[in-house]
Amino acid sequence: MKHIIQYLKEYKKEAVIGPLFKMLEAFFDLFIPVCVASMIDTGVKTKDIGHIIMMVIVMIVLGVIGLVCAIVAQYFAAKSSVGVCAELREDLFGHINKLSHTELDIVGTSTLINRMTTDINQIQNGLNLALRLLLRSPFIVLGAIVAAFMINGTAGVLFMFMTGVLAIIVYKIMSMSIPRNKKVSDQLDVVLQSTRENLIGARVVRAFCRQDDEKAEYEEESKVLRKLQLKAGNLAGLMNPLTYAVVNIGIAGLIVVCGFQVNEGHLTQGQVVALVNYMSQILIELVKLANLLITLNKSIASIKRVDEIFDMEPSVYEEHQWLLPGVTGSPKIEFKNVSFTYKGAQEPAIEGLNFSIMHGETVGIIGGTGSGKSTLAHLIPRFYDATEGEIMIDGRDVRQYSFGQLRGKIGIVPQKAVLFKGTIRENIKWGKPLASDKDINWALDIAQAKAFVDAKKGGLDFKVEQNGRNLSGGQRQRLTIARAIVRKPEILILDDSTSALDYATEAKLRDAIEYQTQGTTIIVSQRAATLKHADRIICLDDGKVAGIGTHEELLRTCQVYKEICLSQMSKEELGA
Amino acid sequence: MSKKNVNKQVNPKKQVMDNNSKATIGRVLKLIRPYSFMVFLSLLLAVVTVGLTLYAPIITGKAIDMFGGQDQVAFSKLYKLLLTFLIVVAVTGISQWLMAVVNNHITYGVVKKLRVNLFNHLQNMPLMYTDSNPVGAIVNRCISDVDQLSDGILMGFTQLFTGVVTIAATVVIMVILKWQIAIVVVLITPVSLFVAKYIAKKTYDMFILQSDTRGEMTSLIDEMVSNQKIVEAFNHQDEVKDQFSNINIRLKRCSQEAVFYSSLTNPCTRFVNSLVYVGVGLVGGLFAMGGSLSVGTLTVFLSYANQYTKPFNEISGVITELQNAIACAARVFELLDEKEQEDDSRQMDLTSAVKGDVDFKHVYFSYIPELPLMEDVNLKVYPGQRVAIVGPTGCGKTTLINLLMRFYDINRGSISLDGNNINVLKRDAVRHNYGMVLQETWLKHASIRDNIAYGKPDASLEEIMEAAQAVHADNFIRRLPDGYETILGEDGGTLSQGQKQLICIARVMLKLPPMLILDEATSSIDTRTEIHIQHAFARLMKGRTSFVVAHRLSTIKDSDLILVMDDGMIVEQGTHEQLLAADGFYAELYNSQFAVS
Repeated sequence: MKHIIQYLKEYKKEAVIGPLFKMLEAFFDLFIPVCVASMIDTGVKTKDIGHIIMMVIVMIVLGVIGLVCAIVAQYFAAKSSVGVCAELREDLFGHINKLSHTELDIVGTSTLINRMTTDINQIQNGLNLALRLLLRSPFIVLGAIVAAFMINGTAGVLFMFMTGVLAIIVYKIMSMSIPRNKKVSDQLDVVLQSTRENLIGARVVRAFCRQDDEKAEYEEESKVLRKLQLKAGNLAGLMNPLTYAVVNIGIAGLIVVCGFQVNEGHLTQGQVVALVNYMSQILIELVKLANLLITLNKSIASIKRVDEIFDMEPSVYEEHQWLLPGVTGSPKIEFKNVSFTYKGAQEPAIEGLNFSIMHGETVGIIGGTGSGKSTLAHLIPRFYDATEGEIMIDGRDVRQYSFGQLRGKIGIVPQKAVLFKGTIRENIKWGKPLASDKDINWALDIAQAKAFVDAKKGGLDFKVEQNGRNLSGGQRQRLTIARAIVRKPEILILDDSTSALDYATEAKLRDAIEYQTQGTTIIVSQRAATLKHADRIICLDDGKVAGIGTHEELLRTCQVYKEICLSQMSKEELGA
Repeated sequence: MSKKNVNKQVNPKKQVMDNNSKATIGRVLKLIRPYSFMVFLSLLLAVVTVGLTLYAPIITGKAIDMFGGQDQVAFSKLYKLLLTFLIVVAVTGISQWLMAVVNNHITYGVVKKLRVNLFNHLQNMPLMYTDSNPVGAIVNRCISDVDQLSDGILMGFTQLFTGVVTIAATVVIMVILKWQIAIVVVLITPVSLFVAKYIAKKTYDMFILQSDTRGEMTSLIDEMVSNQKIVEAFNHQDEVKDQFSNINIRLKRCSQEAVFYSSLTNPCTRFVNSLVYVGVGLVGGLFAMGGSLSVGTLTVFLSYANQYTKPFNEISGVITELQNAIACAARVFELLDEKEQEDDSRQMDLTSAVKGDVDFKHVYFSYIPELPLMEDVNLKVYPGQRVAIVGPTGCGKTTLINLLMRFYDINRGSISLDGNNINVLKRDAVRHNYGMVLQETWLKHASIRDNIAYGKPDASLEEIMEAAQAVHADNFIRRLPDGYETILGEDGGTLSQGQKQLICIARVMLKLPPMLILDEATSSIDTRTEIHIQHAFARLMKGRTSFVVAHRLSTIKDSDLILVMDDGMIVEQGTHEQLLAADGFYAELYNSQFAVS
């Protein structure tokens, strides 16, 4: 909420003018019944044509003024609600950009996308409506009551009473509807999930011959949905008839009251007509208000959800923006007693790691699932900060560097081969914005991607679709490798990123990196064959170092490593 | 009922009515046909409601006519009149509510039927369809489109019909009461429609621009936020932010215009309505002055002028909504019209479990006719043999599985199982004999117990636990909050990829089918657990024909038959020794893995 109000402050002028003009419009609306009353009482009764025409002109003028006011109000409401949300969107996007991996893991991307799109649109809608209608409806209701009092005190009391009863009915039905509607949308989610699940798992469902059971289950879920929809719909359907009945009972009561007042000479026929008119106006506005409140309720929920994102502080942040020189003579990378526990996890993912990697070394990291290999790789570019211990690059704690300098040193190839919409050239340039075609071709060559890129229509200008849909898994992996290599990183990290390559290609890639690049290379993999040739291999087991050494050394000394190798190769192959 | 039409914006994807949409409407009506009686009832109730709603102001008018002035009010007559009024109001209210109930009944019933039809249809469609269409798009049709259609039907019944009846009845009554005033009303109202239409046309282009820009933005958000980690790794935040700001500014500009112009509809039509009101006031006032119209009748006219213009405003909203609904219905029907796979209910069933003899004879297969894939493939697998399938990613291993399990039918040649051509067998008969574990795990949103028993729904808990123990999943399952009864979230929820794979293997262990298909079944399981599972697999595979997709040459070497695949074709087949001796593709693969550099 506090955020929205802050943004509204920037549109102070618009946010005040909009509702103000809307109220003016409502104010002029309130005069119409009085004009009609005067027309009847003075014009018709005294047969004064001049007066009738005068009143008609007054009403038209009132209408025109109302229209102008409304247009002004709509303009400022649109301007401020859209403007506020554009800024909100911009800031939220900037904020998401700053979040570190811990927060991204917790929130999840689909949630963030929803916040950026659906929720902000909902806020815009609600804000726009609120600026236009939130003041108008209560103002008309209030105005109608005041007008009724001015015409006749007794009638005014009746008005107040009727408004109260209507408000209670509208409120009751609404507050009962909200939980029922929630149930409907929850059940709709269930139905949606079943549909998705059965599409994704179509093969398995058919392989186990369970189509008929799935159909029956779906039918059952749909039945429940229908039942809930009927419950919610039938309740909501009460709103119109009930309010209609109450208002008309009110009108009947009004007529009785007016009957006495007219009989005693306190009220004229025209005034009765005006009162009946005001009563109908109250009904229309209250129903409008109810609908508005439903929308606002949704918008407020959206505001709260967006605020939750804003309230997240990035857990990894930079201290400053300066460039720092490295300490000469220190190892390229050094882990000093490093432990890391994922937020919310019971056990540390890695624990007490101690090792150093020298400049130009190629180091393999191996271990089973959940042994902490990827976690280790993610700590180096500070995707996460170690919960204990220090990670040093060039003799300095990674936390001393700015993000720009630290990540500039590193070229990382993630597990998931992600490419962006754009040409191959643009994608490779992510690694080095100023790369020439020569640089790019050099990187593609090392990544074993040159041949297939050249074969593509347009070569480097080949358009990659979103997520690289129009490339195979292996091609995507090789392009992401080229993207990291093109920046000639001091440290190249391959995080299990050759899984889609066949062995022959992988071997060629390994050789090319070894002979044609200068930096330090860290290769994370589950496959022993991939790492066999590394200068050293760090074998992890359950987050701890089980052994460090060459392939041959580890085979002799490290039981865990030996088991991993044995499960993947035969005895003779190990010896080879 | 009206919660959705608060300031409903004009739908940008407005379509002109053409023959196509007429056909769609016809099909929607066909869906509604079983509810004919309900529809009749709904229409009847609508007429009653509208009629009485219009009658009520006449009574109040009469009542007001009794208010001539001081000491002229006839109370006994007034009370009688009011009693009638209250009865009319009560009946109106009740019939209005009944109408809502009936309409809900029709709508939600029709929609439920449609959803179930769609789902059943999806289950009966060839896998080709789900394989080649994005899941999101199909789900969208089954959920959002059907939902839109349901809103459309409901609105059609509640607002369109009553709206039309109200307009017609009002005109008739007005003509009866005082035709001169009726003419004034009828002449001015089209202006309102004209104005609404004019604004809609003006805003249409802006809405298109807005929704295009919004789409552009959503896809940027989708791409960048889901890959936020990469953006950070390459320090690309500023570039991405610039890209975003650029779209955001454009979106702001066109949204402001679109929102503003579309919100002009209400005040403008309201202005026209007040012109109607004033017109009635003027003409009615003059008549009343002349004495040919009572003040009560004048108030009746004034209240009609209000009621009468309301449906006009609503109808223009409803029509856009309906057009949208028709577009959605067309998409839904398009999906329903996709061909189902051939009905196999009259094909042959297998009474007993097969021995596991598989024979491919001159098999030709391709997904797309222009791109031939398998040509003249011959393959003979004897009962109990272990067949390894080897080759680079995308070499066509999945295709082979598709054919074995009759997920796809071949174009030419024959595949037989124990000597029976599988094309004349029921699909389920073929599939019942296979146990399949895929690399991509799929688990249902259900309990772990139900997931393991997916292939054998009547299994006892003991059997289920035994299967879980065999694959070393029992331990971690017991540690979950509700053990075997733990309900898994979507796609396995919080389980790790390896744990999911274990459950998928347990699923097959429990089913114990005569033949197995294992597609990198243990790729996500840590290597040491895998050793234990391999033992369990070895026991399972004993005496069972099995097809194993594997990367590890150690597993491959021990197979009775190795199929080497590349580009969708089986390029070589034989034992490890035979293939090495042939010095072909397999030999190259084998050597590259262990090449000493």
